[in-house]
Amino acid sequence: MGSILGKNSPLTWVVHISVLLLVILWTIPTVGLLVSSIRDKDQLVATGWWTSFSTVERNLIKRSAPASEQLKEAGNYVLKGNVFADQSGIVTAFGWRSQQPAAFIPGKTVQMRKGKTLTIEVDGSYLLSSPTAFTSKRGARLFVTVLEAPIFTLDNYSEVLFAEGLGKSFLNTMTVTIPATVIPILIAAFAAYALAWMEFPGRAIFLAMVVGLLVVPLQMSLIPLLKLYTTIGIGKSYIGIWLAHTGFGLPLAIYLLRNYIAGLPREIIESARVDGANDFQIFVKIILPLSFPALASFAIFQFLWVWNDLLIATVFLGNNEEQLVMTGRLREMLGSRGGNWEILTASAFVSILVPLMVFFSLQKYLVRGLLSGSVKGG
Amino acid sequence: MANLKLTNASKVYGNVPVLTDINLEIEQGELIVFVGPSGCGKSTLLRMIAGLESISSGQLEIDGKLMNHVPPAKRGIAMVFQSYALYPHLTVRDNMSFALKIAKVPAAEITRIVEEAAKSLQLTDYLDRLPKALSGGQRQRVAIGRAIVRDPKIFLFDEPLSNLDAALRVATRIEIAQLKEKMPQSTMVYVTHDQVEAMTLATRIVVLNNRGIEQVGTPLELYQKPANTFVATFIGSPAMNLLPATVTESGTQTRVSLGQGATATVPIATTKGDQNLVFSLGARPEDMQITDTDDYIFQGKIKYIEALGEITLVYFENPHGTVPIIAKVPGIVDFVRGQLLKFSVAADKLQLFDQQGLSCKYRAG
Repeated sequence: MGSILGKNSPLTWVVHISVLLLVILWTIPTVGLLVSSIRDKDQLVATGWWTSFSTVERNLIKRSAPASEQLKEAGNYVLKGNVFADQSGIVTAFGWRSQQPAAFIPGKTVQMRKGKTLTIEVDGSYLLSSPTAFTSKRGARLFVTVLEAPIFTLDNYSEVLFAEGLGKSFLNTMTVTIPATVIPILIAAFAAYALAWMEFPGRAIFLAMVVGLLVVPLQMSLIPLLKLYTTIGIGKSYIGIWLAHTGFGLPLAIYLLRNYIAGLPREIIESARVDGANDFQIFVKIILPLSFPALASFAIFQFLWVWNDLLIATVFLGNNEEQLVMTGRLREMLGSRGGNWEILTASAFVSILVPLMVFFSLQKYLVRGLLSGSVKGG
Repeated sequence: MANLKLTNASKVYGNVPVLTDINLEIEQGELIVFVGPSGCGKSTLLRMIAGLESISSGQLEIDGKLMNHVPPAKRGIAMVFQSYALYPHLTVRDNMSFALKIAKVPAAEITRIVEEAAKSLQLTDYLDRLPKALSGGQRQRVAIGRAIVRDPKIFLFDEPLSNLDAALRVATRIEIAQLKEKMPQSTMVYVTHDQVEAMTLATRIVVLNNRGIEQVGTPLELYQKPANTFVATFIGSPAMNLLPATVTESGTQTRVSLGQGATATVPIATTKGDQNLVFSLGARPEDMQITDTDDYIFQGKIKYIEALGEITLVYFENPHGTVPIIAKVPGIVDFVRGQLLKFSVAADKLQLFDQQGLSCKYRAG
């Protein structure tokens, strides 16, 4: 870039800065999602994810130990404990009335009603003493203002995967996506080779029909297709959705792959023919390896589209535990667990994790595949 | 027995005839070069022999067997393509063994054949490289090696040197000549538009033009006895000069008038019927000799000079056409533009072509 525009060109800087800004702008939501999904659910509710790496000041309502744990010391009944239980933190203020939750500084001994006193130290340990015996089974309310260290946890993930049923949906989505990506690629690669390199009558018409099918909206075929499935006994099943995704993906797949394969040098194919290879051998030994960038780029497209699909899954799969895909599960969670951000963010991240992995492992082919018309080789 | 025989072979694309009635016999062990201007169908003819283009009509026989509908692999041919056509995802070794693997040759045998071929082409050190890690000349050698391992009856070369730079082209040309010497029994058909390649490599040259064969012959035959004006101007560089010549006396010797008082007598027979017709007198630039006498065939003012050191090319305005008259003068000369020069040519080196452009030497009777 620098050598093209000149080293000191201000335009270079404008370009670099704009690119940087765009990248930041586009990655912020994902980062936010990721950070939120691994935060403690109480902290998540209290503060935004961008504060998650710093210590947080929060007002908490804790309870002392119940009356059953009281001890008798020097004529008074006492309750001892720590407001942080087994965690740690710093108390900056405390109180015993909800009107003044942060009235006192830690370490001070405060008079309560009926001669009771309360002391809460900085480390969260409290001492509640009373001349008469405590009776409350739930313990007294203690208001503390604490500085809490950020808590990161994978509990949210284990909850959504195992308790909320997302794990099962994840497997269901995989069951849909992998065959629905592989089958159309296989069919399309064969078709693309035939349409690009084999001479047969009507080849141009076939190609025109395939391109024409690109403009047919798939919504139009949902109901007829489902009726057909019901009639021939496929019904709502994985076979049905694989076939549906295959059908909807094929026109684009054939079109993309044909263009790529038709662009391969004619002489290589002729050379293989002179070497004695038949069409199938040429396809397997020459065309497939050389078309890998195009196959990979279409695989990414198809994988992402099937992975994120809700419509076709809703139509062709049932709503039961065995068939509910991840997008369907997410939609249900939005309704039933709409307030539980830790659940939603973790679920969302689970659902984008696999597409991200697929994208990053194949992205160099995606770029090459998209450039396939303009750049020779591969 | 003819190794390869074409009988009335024609090629038609849709309604467009590309090659018409090609008749050609190639003997075993020959290196035949197809040469011609671009678009003359020379590559198409080669591809018809290879089986990559169908033959619209006529016959192709190899070793006496009709090959019109035999697939390329079964014709006993191997082809080297202009762009090498190496399989980019396979190593040199795999490129060279591809055909043998398809033919299900035992693995040990493949290794032996490939390594032998690699050795003879100095490719042994590169066997495990991919084509993209090779230079142009090496790639070309791999392409040739891929042809050699199949041990074909006929090698077909489709402009194999046109992608190489000038120095490498000369080196590879010599390699191909040596390859031919090592395999005297194999037949080679070579397509090129470069007449130096044609002249140096060929045992016989086939000059193609305008959908057909203009002339077949050894390189020197084509140079010394071109059958028509096309071959005369196509072979040799710069091209042969053609001067309009009116026949004044016919017989075993022909006397022609060249205008501006110039005349010439050529030892080529003409008939009475040719009297007063305007023929073409052909004189090669390298045969043009400066003269002071009145026995000149051409005089003109210098229009342009190209000094190349060993020779000097002198261009003259052609009073009868647009193509300049060129003389090739040895060494460095101190001519100036506009200078008047006269040229003569030894009578036995002159060519005479009739009104149809056919050489009078070859006319029936």
